[in-house]
Amino acid sequence: MRYLEAGKRHTVRFTLNGRAVEREAEPRLLLSDFLRQHLGAFGTHVGCEHGSCGACTVRVDGKAVRACLLYAAQVEGKAIETVEGLATPDGLNALQAAMQKHHGLQCGFCTPGILMSLSQLHAEEPDADEARIRDVLSGHICRCTGYHGIVQAALDVFGKD
Amino acid sequence: MKPAAFDYACPDNLDEALALLADRGDRARVCAGGQSLGAMMNMRLATPDVLIDIAGLRELQAIAVVDGAIEVGAAVTQDALLRWPELVVRQPLLARMLPWIGHYQTRQRGTVCGSLAHADPSSELPLALALLRGEVVLRSQRGRRVVAAADFQTGMMATATADDEMIVAARFPVAQAGTASAFHEVAQRHGDFAIVAVAAVGDKHAIRLGVGGVADMPGVIDLTWPVADAALNDFAWALGGADDQHATARYRRELVRRIGRRVIEEVGDALS
Amino acid sequence: MQRVEDPTLLRGLARFADDLPTPPHACHAAFLRSPLAHGEIRAVDTAAAKAMPGVLAVITGAELAAHSTPFITGVKVDAPQYALAIDRVRYVGEPVAMVLAQDRYLAEDALEAIVVDYLPLTPVMDPVMAVAAEKLHPGTAGNVLHERDFRYGDPEGAFATAAHRVEATYHYPRNSCTPMECFCVIADYDPGSEAFEITANFQGPYTLHTVMARSLKVPGNRLRLKTPPYSGGSYGVKQAVFPYVVALGVAARIVGRPVKWLEDRLEHLTAATSSTNRVTTLKAALDAEGRILALNYDQLEDCGAFLRAPEPATIYRMHGNMTGAYAIENLAIHNRVVVTNKTPTGLMRGFGGPQIYFPLERLLDKAAAKLGLDPLELRRRNLVPTDAMPYRTAPGALLDSGDYARSMERAVSEGGLAELQARRDAARAEGRLYGIGYAVVVEPSISNMGYITTLLSPEQRERSGPKNGALATATVAFDPSGAISVAVSSVPQGQGHRTVLAQVVADVFGMDPTEVAVSTEHDTAKDPWTIASGNYSSRFAGAVAGASHTAAMQLRERLSLIAAADLNVPPEDVAYGNGRIFARGNPDNSLPLGRSAAKAHWSPLSIPDGAGAGLRETAFWNMPELAEPDEGDRINSSGTYGFIFDFCGVEVDPDTFAVRIDSYVTMHDAGRLLNPMLANGQIRGGFAQGLGAALLEELSYAPDGGFQAGTLADYLAPTVMEIPELTILHDQSPSPFTPLGAKGLGEGNCMSTPVCIANAVSDALGRELTSLPLTRSRLAELMLGEEPASTVPQIPAPAIDGHALQGQGSTIVPAPAKDVWAILLDAEKLAAVIPGCHALTITGENAYRADVTLGIGPVKGRFVATVALQDLDPPHALRLIGGAAGPLGRSQGEGRVTLSETPEGTRVAYTYTVTISGKVAAVGGRMMDGAARALINQFFKRLVSQAGDGDASPGLFARLLTWLGLAK
Repeated sequence: MRYLEAGKRHTVRFTLNGRAVEREAEPRLLLSDFLRQHLGAFGTHVGCEHGSCGACTVRVDGKAVRACLLYAAQVEGKAIETVEGLATPDGLNALQAAMQKHHGLQCGFCTPGILMSLSQLHAEEPDADEARIRDVLSGHICRCTGYHGIVQAALDVFGKD
Repeated sequence: MKPAAFDYACPDNLDEALALLADRGDRARVCAGGQSLGAMMNMRLATPDVLIDIAGLRELQAIAVVDGAIEVGAAVTQDALLRWPELVVRQPLLARMLPWIGHYQTRQRGTVCGSLAHADPSSELPLALALLRGEVVLRSQRGRRVVAAADFQTGMMATATADDEMIVAARFPVAQAGTASAFHEVAQRHGDFAIVAVAAVGDKHAIRLGVGGVADMPGVIDLTWPVADAALNDFAWALGGADDQHATARYRRELVRRIGRRVIEEVGDALS
Repeated sequence: MQRVEDPTLLRGLARFADDLPTPPHACHAAFLRSPLAHGEIRAVDTAAAKAMPGVLAVITGAELAAHSTPFITGVKVDAPQYALAIDRVRYVGEPVAMVLAQDRYLAEDALEAIVVDYLPLTPVMDPVMAVAAEKLHPGTAGNVLHERDFRYGDPEGAFATAAHRVEATYHYPRNSCTPMECFCVIADYDPGSEAFEITANFQGPYTLHTVMARSLKVPGNRLRLKTPPYSGGSYGVKQAVFPYVVALGVAARIVGRPVKWLEDRLEHLTAATSSTNRVTTLKAALDAEGRILALNYDQLEDCGAFLRAPEPATIYRMHGNMTGAYAIENLAIHNRVVVTNKTPTGLMRGFGGPQIYFPLERLLDKAAAKLGLDPLELRRRNLVPTDAMPYRTAPGALLDSGDYARSMERAVSEGGLAELQARRDAARAEGRLYGIGYAVVVEPSISNMGYITTLLSPEQRERSGPKNGALATATVAFDPSGAISVAVSSVPQGQGHRTVLAQVVADVFGMDPTEVAVSTEHDTAKDPWTIASGNYSSRFAGAVAGASHTAAMQLRERLSLIAAADLNVPPEDVAYGNGRIFARGNPDNSLPLGRSAAKAHWSPLSIPDGAGAGLRETAFWNMPELAEPDEGDRINSSGTYGFIFDFCGVEVDPDTFAVRIDSYVTMHDAGRLLNPMLANGQIRGGFAQGLGAALLEELSYAPDGGFQAGTLADYLAPTVMEIPELTILHDQSPSPFTPLGAKGLGEGNCMSTPVCIANAVSDALGRELTSLPLTRSRLAELMLGEEPASTVPQIPAPAIDGHALQGQGSTIVPAPAKDVWAILLDAEKLAAVIPGCHALTITGENAYRADVTLGIGPVKGRFVATVALQDLDPPHALRLIGGAAGPLGRSQGEGRVTLSETPEGTRVAYTYTVTISGKVAAVGGRMMDGAARALINQFFKRLVSQAGDGDASPGLFARLLTWLGLAK
């Protein structure tokens, strides 16, 4: 049994956007804080720390989940994907480019989480319709855009392949 | 908003988890998805000394039909049950209710049994379990016991689970031929806690109605066709809801009457 | 064009405040906050917290006060506010102490060890009650901290002779735009130069720089305030970070190390800031044809516990345009500003707008009904006529441009009002609840820095000297490589500053916008700025982009002198295009733009006289139209005024009372549009927030002062599922007063949408609506008739009555009354009955203090409980008074317990009144009643067990649960 004592740091091994990472963390360290403060992956943002806003959404073994409701210790052996891993060597990926084209972001704070949710949906359900896209997006709060550009961006990308 | 310090335990098997639970009792908290517990710990509303993470336990990953019930292991996420290909046939009511739990992202971590253990008065799964007269399988070092839904939830966020026990599975009876079910929920926004959630299952003879979001725990009533307004009204009153900042008790009773009627009619229509 | 900001944001590489590097020895702050709406601080014990691991310091209000002064305010009253509470707390969430520790986790650990002894005081929550209630601030005359009357024209005469008079009282609620990024401050202090260097995601206005510097007791040049390049939304809200800039500055000074604080969501919702809630009684006088002759506003503004700068600005921002889009000659305004035990208010998108347009546009519907006029026709008859532009309103605004009637008619035809009306008729024919609403709004932008002085009397203004203008500044420069860059003193929060400024400057030089670098970080020590600087009052398009244009034009004039010499043409014949400079009429005679520009750096001796060395221009732009208030209190409160006409169709579900927006059309005339895509983005964002304010959002308080919206599951911002499709239409009447003809447009729908939806819902339901938000439950309460009674007698459910949660119940204890009585009066036995009791000490006759662990399910917390038994009537009755306090919150209550003998044992009947505040109430409001009952249940369960010597029979236990309503 892996038993990590409070107040002490323990090694956690996982991959971050395909790169192997080995770092120490206390049991109570939130994954969101681990990514940002210990790994310098600032692209994942923290908006509420109670699972309601979706800003911190990352993919763990492919699934879009809230990083504020996970502890660093829980991602041992897992594959973490964050917004920093989305762009291709040639530039923005299709979803990112569509977000720019359709003005799907203003302040951009909620955007990384939204991209991670949509990236899972696109990988698993590339033909998802608008109702399904909206259902997935409903787990994110955006205070700038009124969501219009985000939905348009998704519609531009889904159902194309 | 950061959690208080805790020991983190990731047992390799169920026996290890039970041993730890026996040792630490009410200072330990079992965590599967942590979608409710994690938020409460971040706010320091919950401050367990040790968190026992059962998400990875192989024994608890299964969805299977056992003795006429869908048995859902304690590590099965709400999303996994929703994606289970047999669900819509085996228990269409669950298939209708599961998408109402939180959001896509929280359903992929949050577990079916975790929601039952949390016993939020507005949650969909405790309502489903109560309405379908399901069961909860509890384990401890002392043994295994199966608790009927009616005996499982004892109040708001309170269950019959002893300090050294944990849920290992929930059992939702498979839908019987000749029955129909319906579900409606009213929340402020999509994905919010229900102000009122009404589910019903019925056959040619009778209909059972369940209501969540009103009282400390789901209320269930058995009614016979045709369902009189007075019976529905008495049920709405008997649930005994109170005002909160989101809705008045009066509005909740009104929803029980009106949404209750919608749900009853839907079941009736499906049967005829 | 696409936004230049986006690629960085989309890659997750943008640096927000919390992403900036912090010095390695920085420590982290956490705030202990008041769980009470109102109370006296008798003692703060920080000894245990200071001894905890990783803790560097714990700072109390008294220590902070030694290094700072109270914030200066716009209204001179003796109601001092410091960054931490000193001797009294006045709202839930008010900072009481600050912990500095090695990391945030350790800092929060230490918060739990601070013990504050409060004496609870009666909270004052309702602004109407506050007027005559006991005062919050000992140094003031009462809770009304500001009161003024204004008269324009002859309102009394108009009301006396009018054919029709209408009147209603409206309540605008507290809400907030809740940016997704919370506040962040990083502070450092250099004792050598006695100077602060502080980075914060502050948004302006920079009038507050003076407030912060004064509070830190340094001259302005000793407070270097920096803002990060990216900010995660603000909508006005981040103005309110300023008290924390002071708190963190003082902390850095005390601990001698850099300190950092990141606000969390619970802190933000509870205590950051809020819109004002306002009670308005509005009267209108109309002639027989429906022309509005006069308006009379009686406004009671609730600014929360303090008039924190820039308040009471909310009530004066709209002062010049209180007559809306209408030509109304006569106006009376009575303004009162009260303090209550709520979070201090501040800037919020739409600032002051929804508070006036909700009453005004609701009342016009009421007037139309009274006159038997179509509500649209009534509005049409009162619009400011096009030929009157620019139009001076009665209270002094100079409405700069617009053709309101044309814009309205265009929207009616292009937005499809006729089809919507047909849809309404069809729906109503089927018995559905369908309604149409309208809203006409004038949207001010570019605030006059002098509008707030309208609150002073002309004599007071005379003494204090004039305040006016809206000075904007921008700098445009060519570097030695010939590349161009722009810097402005506005801090962007998503509006696309870089894109627009690059466009504006590139247009001047005929180059591609991607070649223009725009810096949007700001540093008060290095960058030009003015008191009007910042990102608020929709001043970007009109003022900031305009100033950039002016700076670029000045720079071009100089560059043309240099290039003219190189091209051998007169300067006026120098033209720009495709990144080159050429001779007008002879494009072949050309140079790369950069070559002429670089010349100013590399060969300053070779450039012509008058071109000046170094190509850098800082322009300051101001509006002469923005004068201070005149002797008649007329004030042109803003520089430009856009026009908005909205209409919408809604359907209300007859069972759930959910409001569905069927169609929403918004017509904007914001002058010249600089970037239509960004303009529409602003409109959609404002619309979403306006819709939230209309239907969902409220920073709600319980009558006992407990804050109830501490999480984003309680404060309900709309998700993608709640926002309908929006039809946007534009008219463009350029402002004659801004360099580019542009006006602001980002706030308008926060002003128009709440009332437009309310008007439509009112039309659908046929009911007057006087408050927001229009939650389903509230609409239901409005619509539902008498409720069918149950055929089974009901135990009264617990109810919120007055200031507290009330309930009652009874149980049978299997023992004689005297034994039950003995338990209640015996300290040791009582200790065994009180749930989770670790230790009980006697503090007086029948008075105890207990350390308890209370909770339900996984929620558990340590509390110190006090219990006193009074009015003893052995063994029949007693009164129990007590409270519990701990890190999770506080409760106070009293109960009356009566004992009576029955055949099964003693019936213990009880009634209770409990108030609960602090964290548990803020995040668990929907469960408070149930939790209180569960704890009372625990108490009686143990009483049964104690009285029956632990062997209460299962039958009795089951009956007990039934009595308590916990089992069926």
